[in-house]
Amino acid sequence: MPEHIVPIKTYAIVLIALLVLTATTCGVSFIDMGKMNAVVAVVIAFAKASLVALIFMHLRYSRRLMRVVAAAGLFWLGILIALTMSDYLTRGWR
Amino acid sequence: MGMWVFLVTEIMFFGGLFASYVVYRALYPMAFAVASQSLDITLGTINTAVLLVSSFTMVVAVFGSQTGRRRMLVGGLALTIALGIVFLAIKVYEYYQKYVEHHIPGPSFAFPAPYTQQAKMYFTLYFAMTGLHAAHMIVGCGLLTALIVMAWRGRFTPEYHSPVEISGLYWHFVDIIWIFLYPLLYLIGRHLE
Repeated sequence: MPEHIVPIKTYAIVLIALLVLTATTCGVSFIDMGKMNAVVAVVIAFAKASLVALIFMHLRYSRRLMRVVAAAGLFWLGILIALTMSDYLTRGWR
Repeated sequence: MGMWVFLVTEIMFFGGLFASYVVYRALYPMAFAVASQSLDITLGTINTAVLLVSSFTMVVAVFGSQTGRRRMLVGGLALTIALGIVFLAIKVYEYYQKYVEHHIPGPSFAFPAPYTQQAKMYFTLYFAMTGLHAAHMIVGCGLLTALIVMAWRGRFTPEYHSPVEISGLYWHFVDIIWIFLYPLLYLIGRHLE
């Protein structure tokens, strides 16, 4: 399979975006938004992780199978957390 | 491909810890917020930046190997290792701070009431998650050191450089773990300060 070579400039732009997102999530965490704080922090973390996975790890340029494997990992983690929490969060119900 | 499957198993390895974190965070939100305030946010943020830059130097190394630029490859790997060691050094210093503050779970653990027991849970998870992450960093530094030796001997060409490529995948994966640990461990309680 011919390899896709990503120019250094793209990597540099991604790095700057990652650093800006880090500064944002750090700054925003000091503002009291109640429950939204956790949501915003996790959304920004997912945005950063996606940038790393898609560009640095070349997932964007990879075969579809690779993307399915990566997505399956996340999906299974989702099942783990969702089913665990569906237990713990409903224990108060009588 | 094999590397991606391995990384998925790694997601599940860390995933168990993330799931326990979510459970205890949901059970004791206040204790987790208060305990997380005791972490040094400046060091945590610097370390996040250090790791992100190290991921950049890693892709520069991969680029060097793809285009047959050996000096770029070796230089990129060396910088990545150096940044990895900076990260670990800062982490060691943070652990030392926790030791001084008696925040390491054990007989001498101390934390203001009423959150003493629940904060112990937070710090147990903190040390388990960052410790497992740091262990992965040490393995990563070892991998990259082996790559430098091979690259120095001219073992990689634009046609054959998959060891560089897949070690890069591993390094970025460890970076992604930290991208999640940083907000979950350092940032959750800041807005209540």
